[in-house]
Amino acid sequence: MTGPRTIIQKIWQNQAIERPGKPDLLYIDLHFVHEVSSPQAFDGLRDTGRPVRRPELTMATEDHNVPTDTLLLNDPVSRLQVETLRRNCEEFGIELKRLGEAGQGIVHIIGPETGLTQPGMTIVCGDSHTSTHGALGALAFGIGTSEVEHVLATQTLPQTKPKTMAVTVTGRLPEGVASKDLALALIAQVGTGGGQGHIVEYRGEAIRALSIEARMSLCNMSIEWGARAGLVAPDETTFDYLRGRPYAPTGEDWEAAVDGWRQLASDEGAVFDREVTIDASTLSPFVTWGTNPGQGVPLDDSVPDPAEIGDPEEREAAARALAYMGLEPNTRMRDIAVDTVFIGSCTNSRIEDLRIAADVLRGRSIADGLRLLVVPGSMRVKQQAEDEHLDDVFLAAGAQWRGAGCSMCLGMNPDVVGPRERTASTSNRNFEGRQGPGARTHLVSPAVAAATAVTGRLTSPADLPERSRTESRWS
Amino acid sequence: MQPFTVHTGVGVPLRLSNVDTDQILPSKYLKRVTRSGYEDALFAAWRQSPDFVLNDAAFAGASVLVTGPDFGTGSSREVAVWALQDYGFRAVIAPRFGDIFRTNAGKSGLVAVELAEPLVLRLWELLDASPGSSLTVDLERNVVEAGNDFTEPFTLDEYTRWRLLNGLDDIAITLESEGDIAVFEQQRSPLKPRVGSRR
Ligand code: SF4
Repeated sequence: MTGPRTIIQKIWQNQAIERPGKPDLLYIDLHFVHEVSSPQAFDGLRDTGRPVRRPELTMATEDHNVPTDTLLLNDPVSRLQVETLRRNCEEFGIELKRLGEAGQGIVHIIGPETGLTQPGMTIVCGDSHTSTHGALGALAFGIGTSEVEHVLATQTLPQTKPKTMAVTVTGRLPEGVASKDLALALIAQVGTGGGQGHIVEYRGEAIRALSIEARMSLCNMSIEWGARAGLVAPDETTFDYLRGRPYAPTGEDWEAAVDGWRQLASDEGAVFDREVTIDASTLSPFVTWGTNPGQGVPLDDSVPDPAEIGDPEEREAAARALAYMGLEPNTRMRDIAVDTVFIGSCTNSRIEDLRIAADVLRGRSIADGLRLLVVPGSMRVKQQAEDEHLDDVFLAAGAQWRGAGCSMCLGMNPDVVGPRERTASTSNRNFEGRQGPGARTHLVSPAVAAATAVTGRLTSPADLPERSRTESRWS
Repeated sequence: MQPFTVHTGVGVPLRLSNVDTDQILPSKYLKRVTRSGYEDALFAAWRQSPDFVLNDAAFAGASVLVTGPDFGTGSSREVAVWALQDYGFRAVIAPRFGDIFRTNAGKSGLVAVELAEPLVLRLWELLDASPGSSLTVDLERNVVEAGNDFTEPFTLDEYTRWRLLNGLDDIAITLESEGDIAVFEQQRSPLKPRVGSRR
């Protein structure tokens, strides 16, 4: 095609292998594998006698079902799954980051932090939050197990051309409002199906002002409103983030790579199939009250009254969600008491998230009887946090400081929320039973999570009383 | 993959929207390494309630699920599709599906039929009026039929439809283009990273 193109169309054209009468094959630059969505894919390769086409474009890690308080895989079913991955990686020659190793961590944390994730690349993983990698200007999306097998065997995926969408975020996020709040506000506005079938470019002044890690939290949540992928065009912030990372090019290669990356930005006048605009300056901390990520309100608000919702289907969904969540209509969000706070997951477990949480917790203690888990997204993040003594802050406040993994984001490792237990969580899904059977989840930003741990009720840092001089001496 | 041409079977109304894959298959069942045998895991939490529609004897042996918008959103777990198939479902009808779910369904041979919301409402009413009645999903003619006066067209992307009708393996089709893939690889930028090559 000629004329102005979006970044999405540019990456697509660079990667597509055309076939007459069939959808394009999209060449995949990088494939991440983890223990949960891969065993049957490797079985498929064995059954058909097919090799892995490009093992050096594949990286594996152990993250979903592993414990974060021990290196022992005590659960026999989990152990079998992890051991299956280890055997498969060995057999097919794929690099694997094992539990406890320096490079291990959540699949969407370890790609960017090592510089493996770079602008313009196509990246897939058998995990829906692969969109996280879009923060660096990569076209990254989640796939199912059949597609995992397809990528292992062919390094390509048959793909019909996506529809494109621009989300333009004007203005600046106010102090204390995170990209997580922006994501939750956006989903509440467009609905959980609002992006279906689209690949989204996030753009505008507010996006440019975000750090790469903050962009990751936003791109991560793209799937929660149905978008296939979300990305941010690379800019100086991106190059600064990547420079010097282990897999980043060096010397002349670096200059050549950056020149190429600069060409990726959407051209002036490029047309998207859909456009949405949101004003960042009007936003405030956002929290969910229901059982899908679109059921959220500003922290200043109250639980909605289903009787006041016009759309019958939405009304019924809200009533059902409130029954599951054990909430009464019109309860002030700030009056909701929680039992557990979880700071972690591929949405919010990077070093910046931990610094924000530590700044709130420094010199403070968590509420009596409350459980606070702080789970770094990778062993690298853990090491860096410990180098900065953030672990001391968390432990002094009464939190548990854990090893790297998905942890309490999903109920398939030992870190679960009990039935009817209520949690404020920095993860991405408040689905029924997501964090454990019967668990009640409120999605929040790291700052709100930390402040909530202090008071035991949904709280923003601005609500907290001032610390005494000695208490705040590090802040 | 088993070909899918025309299927007639008992329809079951699941009157819910936003049925995410954590509901279709709770995560504790994700620890298995097998490809089949997930019928017990399907809607496991909801099936504990006697009121859940799949526990209604009138819909025993159902093979066509008729549900609300945004079915199969959330986690990419393909096991959600396998569990529906293991239970006996051949097709799911909804106004809108999660993208990854719809792709997974197409790969595994479960037909995901998109029908507009008013049509789904009509099907729910039909199925509630005569529980245990059958629906037909006809992939050859691209129509859903129920009773005497419900015949509605649907569209499925042509490639997926062709593969489903013929029960074709996607990987084998792609490998027919092996030569083109190799040519692409030769022209690919050497600046792109390779795992294991870092300094
Ligand atoms: S942290 Fe949660 S959302 Fe992210 S990869 Fe792990 S389970 Fe999936």
